[in-house]
Amino acid sequence: VDGIHDLGGMQGFGAVDHSPAEPVFHEPWEGRARALLEAVSGAVQASGGETRHSIERMDPGHYLTSSYYEHWLTAAATLAVEHGLVSPEELEARAGGRFPLSGPVHAPPVADAGPGAGEPRFAPGDRVRVREWHPPGHTRCPCYIRGKAGVVVRLDGTHSVPDIEAHSTARRYEATYSVRFDAASLWRDGQRGVWVHVDLWDSYLEPA
Amino acid sequence: MSGDAHHPAPMAPVEHRVAALEALLTERGLVPDGFIEEITRRYETEIGPMNGARVVARAWADPAYKQRLLADGTAAIAELGFDGPEGHHMVVVENTPAVHNVIVCTLCSCYPWPTLGLPPAWYKDPPYRARMVREPRALLAEMGCELPGDAEIRVWDSSAEVRYLVLPERPPGTEGMSEAELAGCVSRDSMIGVARL
Repeated sequence: VDGIHDLGGMQGFGAVDHSPAEPVFHEPWEGRARALLEAVSGAVQASGGETRHSIERMDPGHYLTSSYYEHWLTAAATLAVEHGLVSPEELEARAGGRFPLSGPVHAPPVADAGPGAGEPRFAPGDRVRVREWHPPGHTRCPCYIRGKAGVVVRLDGTHSVPDIEAHSTARRYEATYSVRFDAASLWRDGQRGVWVHVDLWDSYLEPA
Repeated sequence: MSGDAHHPAPMAPVEHRVAALEALLTERGLVPDGFIEEITRRYETEIGPMNGARVVARAWADPAYKQRLLADGTAAIAELGFDGPEGHHMVVVENTPAVHNVIVCTLCSCYPWPTLGLPPAWYKDPPYRARMVREPRALLAEMGCELPGDAEIRVWDSSAEVRYLVLPERPPGTEGMSEAELAGCVSRDSMIGVARL
């Protein structure tokens, strides 16, 4: 889904609120929210893809105005509701106010994961182009490189395809690669000597 | 309680929402005693950038280890006992006078937990994730990381299963230091790549 989480290259955000040292958890509730997502993901056997997608489906306004651990809380509550552990009414009654959850899944369930990609199609040094497509469900292919050409610099073994595992109990395993893009070709702004590397599954790519 | 679409009820404070979910899950037996406290304790005391600093110090002190670290980050880091979630596929990228590496996760907050702990808030916030892939030279300068104008910048967007650790350059004046003293020179930011030592 082309969601608010897919932030690479977006403009207008301003300065990074950077401090060289900060506590692991700023408030006690942050650690608790983090642990609750682990508890829920474990209880419902959510894959990494399903868990990430439950954050990606947050209302964009809420996503941008809440901290990362509030995202984790929202994801934990959303997964708990979707898997029947709790109801939205119970959550709101206990919380004493509105308890926003993430929006619905728009991708159809994946019944058949298809065959694994088998041998990697590409090798370091190969020129590849990222598919230009906009899947309705979870993907780990950022928008800012779609349709762009780059060079494979590393092969990282085979891993479960997130686009499948987020929407299915089935799994497909494919090679992943680190692909190098010239920043000047991504942004057409003439910057020099900047390379952006993105790690991508085999089916995100085509020969260039 | 949710009001209607035009007049939504006020959102419950986040602490209340956390407490509500925690209470409901606990009643259903899904949060074992001490589960939350154990997770927070581990990340507050055991898993953090002091681990990554030991890896970097070893690489500075032992050229054979550095070679193994750059060839197979996961195995070399495990030699020091650091392994676990978000650390099963580690790639270590080396800074040199001519090349500067920096890590980001534009899609969420991927970060090498066993060596760096949990990511700082700014790493997960939109400005860093949006800008580091678009204007890294400007953003690094803004964050106080000055690079020679002709230095090559390599940004690593952790979008799949690999997690990255930057091996910073050993700073001058550290000759003769013990490994423990060297580890004391290594900052979290230098291993993310938003600072040089």
